[in-house]
Amino acid sequence: MVRARRLRKQFGDFVAVGGIDLEIRRGEVFGFLGPNGAGKTSTMRMIACMSPATSGELEVRGRDPATDGPAIRAGIGLVPQEDALDAELSVLDNLLVYGRYFDLPRRVIRERAGQLLEFAQLADRAGAKVDALSGGMRRRLTIARALVAAPELVILDEPTTGLDPQARHLVWERLYRLKREGVTLILTTHYMDEAEQLCDRLVVMDRGRIVAEGPPRALVAEHVAREVLEVRVLPADEAAVVAALDRHGAGCDRLADRLCAYGDDGDALLAAVLATGVHPEGVLVRRASLEDVFLRLTGRRLVD
Amino acid sequence: MSAARPTSVPLLRLTPLALARPGRARRLVERNLVVYRRGWTYVVSGFFEPFLYLLSIGVGLGHLVGSQRVGGHPVGYAAFVAPGLLASSAMNGGILDTTYGLFFKLKYAHTYEAVLSTPLTSADVAVGEVASAFLRGSVYSAAFLAVMAGLGLVGSPWALCCLPIAALVGLAFASLGLAVTAHLRSWQDVDMVALAVLPMFLFSATFYPLSIYPGAVGWLVRVTPLYQGVVLLRAFDLGAVTPGLWWHAAYLVVLAGVSLSVAAGRLRRLLVP
Amino acid sequence: MERVERVGVTGAVADVGARPTGLGELCPRRLSRPPWVRALGYFLFRWRRTFRSTLAGNFVYPVLYLAAIGVGLGGLVDHHLHGGATAAGLSGGSYLAFVTPGLLAGSVMQIALGESTYPVMGAIRWERSYETMLATPLEVTDVLLGHLAFVAVRVLTAAVVFVAVAAAFGALASPEAVLAVPVAVLVGAAFAAPLMAFSVTRERDLAFSTLQRLVIVPLFLFSGSFFPLRQLPGILQGLAEATPLYHGVALARTAMLGTPWRLADVGHAGYLVVLTAIGYVLARRTYRRRLAA
Repeated sequence: MVRARRLRKQFGDFVAVGGIDLEIRRGEVFGFLGPNGAGKTSTMRMIACMSPATSGELEVRGRDPATDGPAIRAGIGLVPQEDALDAELSVLDNLLVYGRYFDLPRRVIRERAGQLLEFAQLADRAGAKVDALSGGMRRRLTIARALVAAPELVILDEPTTGLDPQARHLVWERLYRLKREGVTLILTTHYMDEAEQLCDRLVVMDRGRIVAEGPPRALVAEHVAREVLEVRVLPADEAAVVAALDRHGAGCDRLADRLCAYGDDGDALLAAVLATGVHPEGVLVRRASLEDVFLRLTGRRLVD
Repeated sequence: MSAARPTSVPLLRLTPLALARPGRARRLVERNLVVYRRGWTYVVSGFFEPFLYLLSIGVGLGHLVGSQRVGGHPVGYAAFVAPGLLASSAMNGGILDTTYGLFFKLKYAHTYEAVLSTPLTSADVAVGEVASAFLRGSVYSAAFLAVMAGLGLVGSPWALCCLPIAALVGLAFASLGLAVTAHLRSWQDVDMVALAVLPMFLFSATFYPLSIYPGAVGWLVRVTPLYQGVVLLRAFDLGAVTPGLWWHAAYLVVLAGVSLSVAAGRLRRLLVP
Repeated sequence: MERVERVGVTGAVADVGARPTGLGELCPRRLSRPPWVRALGYFLFRWRRTFRSTLAGNFVYPVLYLAAIGVGLGGLVDHHLHGGATAAGLSGGSYLAFVTPGLLAGSVMQIALGESTYPVMGAIRWERSYETMLATPLEVTDVLLGHLAFVAVRVLTAAVVFVAVAAAFGALASPEAVLAVPVAVLVGAAFAAPLMAFSVTRERDLAFSTLQRLVIVPLFLFSGSFFPLRQLPGILQGLAEATPLYHGVALARTAMLGTPWRLADVGHAGYLVVLTAIGYVLARRTYRRRLAA
C-alpha cells in the first residue's frame, strides 16, 4: 500500500524526516510512535500526498505522489491532527460537501452520510453546527468524513488525543470495525495502550529517523524484558542501586523521576536492590509494555 | 515509481494553474453555495449597499452637482455616477470575498486543510474561490444594472454589454484580492488592503470626470484597475463606445490572468509545504 | 500605563515582593481605583498593540473623504451653484464646509459600530477577556462601563485627529469648532451603548455585517451628511430626521460652522443623551443576562 525508500523532508535547514524506509501492507494497521517533533506528522502528510517529499522515493497505492496526487488521494481518507471541520457548514453538510470533493454523485453521498452518521453516533446531530459539538463528537465526525469516499487507506494523525476515556474507547471500537472490513489504517499516537491494542506493526520514530520497527509484542521482547522494576530513591542512593542492578545483569534506565530496570523476574531485581541496604521511596514491579520501549528508545535525552 | 520531485510536471514551470481542473474546482464553488444558502440574508443585503449609494449620491446629491459631459453630450449626474458605482460594486463583490473571508479561512478556519486531503489541488482552491466570488459579483452586477434601468439611468442598448464587463471587473479584482491575501500575515495587513481599496473607490473617476485632476494625478488615476472598469462601463452604459476601449478590457484580462496565476503559486507554497 | 502593565489584566494593586515566593501579599492592600477604571485600563493596555495603526487610519480616512467628497465633488457642486450654496440649503456657504461635520458624525458612528460589535463578541467568545475580568473583584457593570469608556476614548482620539485634518483643509470657520470633539463623543456613546446591548446577545457575528449594511450604511447616506434632507420626499425626510445620526450631524454642524446655538441644538443633544441612557440600561440588563446568569 505504501513503500518508501530514503524518504526525506526538509523545511529550510530543518530536517523533519531524515531518509526513512517503509513498507506498509494492504489490510494492516500500521502505527507511528514517537515524541513530538519526531517527524510523524510530516511522514503522514507525505503519504497523504499533501506535502511533497524533498528527496527519496515514495509510492502510495501503487502510484507516485509527485505526479498522481489527486488520483492517490481519491482512495485515501485523512483524519488530521486538528479536526479542520468546516465550521461554516452543518454536521451533515460537512459530509455532503466533502463527498463532492471526491466527485461522488449526491445520491450516493446522501446514502452513505446517513450510514456514517450512525457509525459515528451522530445521527441526531445532523443539522447541528460544528461549533456545538464536543471534542469527541468532532473527532468522530472527522473520522466519518474521512470515510465518505469509501477509501482503501485511512490515515489518522493522533485520532484520540484530547478525548475522555469513553470517547477513546468508542473511537477504537470504530477503528476495529474498519480493520475487520479490510481497510488499511495508518495512525500516529502518543498512547502506548492505543498502539498496543490497535497496531499489527509499528515504527518508533525519533528525530526524523526510525529507531525500531515490528509488531508491538516483538518490540517489547526485543528492547526490554518481560518485567519492569520501577524504583524511586534519594539522589544520594542512586549510584549504589544502579551498581547493584548492573551486577544483576539487568538493563537500567534513569528517567526523570525514577529508575527502571528490566528483567524476566522483577521480584528478583527488587531483592537485589533491597540487599544494598537502601530504602527506596517507592517501588513497583509490573509487566513490561510498549511505553518502556518508547522511553528506552526516545526518552533518555530528557534527563541527559 | 519516479523520484518524488514536485517540479516533475513540466507545465508547472509555466503556470501553477496547470494543476487546476474545472471539474474539481467546481466542487469548491458548490461548497460556497451551501454556505451562501445558509447565510442568505448576508448575501442578499450585499446588493443594497451600492443601490443606497446610487440613491444618496446620484439622486440626493445629484441636484446639487448638475450635469456632466460624456462623449461630448451632457448627462444628468445620476446617470454619470451610476456606471461608476456599478464598477465599484463589481470590485467590492470580487475583493471582499477573497480578502477578509479568505484570510479567515486560510489562517483560522483551516478550511483548505480538509479540502487538500481530497483529490482537489491548491490550484483548484484558487480557481474555485475566484469563481465563487466571480459568480456572486455577477449576480450583484446584474441586479444593480436592472435597478439602473428601472431608474431610467441607462442611455443606450450598448448597456447590455455592461453585464459581461462588470463580470470581468469582478473577476479581475477577485483574482487580485486572492493574490494579495495569500501574501498577508495579520489582520493589520488585511486592514491595509481596505485602506488601499478606499482611495481607489473615491478617486477612480467614479464621482467626477478625470479632467478635474491636475496632469500628474490624472495619469496616476489612469493606471488604477478600477479606472479601467469605470471607463468601460460608463462608455457602454451611455453609448459612447470607441475602439480605444479594447485597451482597458485587455488591461483587466491580463490583470485577472496574472493575479490568478500568482495566487495559485502562492497558495501552493502556503498549503502544500 | 505602567501601573496597568505591572498589575496585569484587571488585578488589584498588590505589593510585589513581600513574600519569599515573589507572589506578593495574598490580599490586595488597597483598592484605590474605581473598578470600571481598571476594566478600562485593560482595554487601553491592549490597544497599545494597534494604537499606531488606528491612529494612521484616523488620519488617512478623513483626508481621503475630505479630498474626494469635500474638495473634489464639492468643486463641482460649488461651480454648479454659482455661490448660491446657502440658498440651496448648504449651510456654511460651501459644500466642503457643509459636508465636513456630516463626515465627522458619520465616521464616529462607524467607529462606534466597529468597537462595540466584533470586540464584544471577541471578549465573550474568542479571547474570553470578560470572563477573565469577572474572575477578579470586577462586576458585570464595571466590565460594561469600562468597555463603553474605552469606545468613548477611541472616538475622542478619532475626533481630535479629524478636527485637526478638517482645519488643515480650511473647512472650519472658527476655533469654536473644537466643540465638535465633545459632540463626537456624545454621538459615539449614543451608538455604542445600544449596540453593545445588542452585540452581547449574539451567538455568531453574522448579524454585525448585516447590521452594517442595512442600518449603518443607510444612516450614513441619508442623515443629512451629504445633502440637505429637503431633497428627500416628505415621509423619508421625516424618517431621516428621527434617526440618531441626523441629530448628531445637526449638532456637529452648529459646532463646526460656528453658527449660534439654538434651542433645537438642546433638543439634538437631549435626544443623544436619552439614547445613550436607554442603551446603557438595556446593555446592563443584557450583559447581566449573558455574563452573570
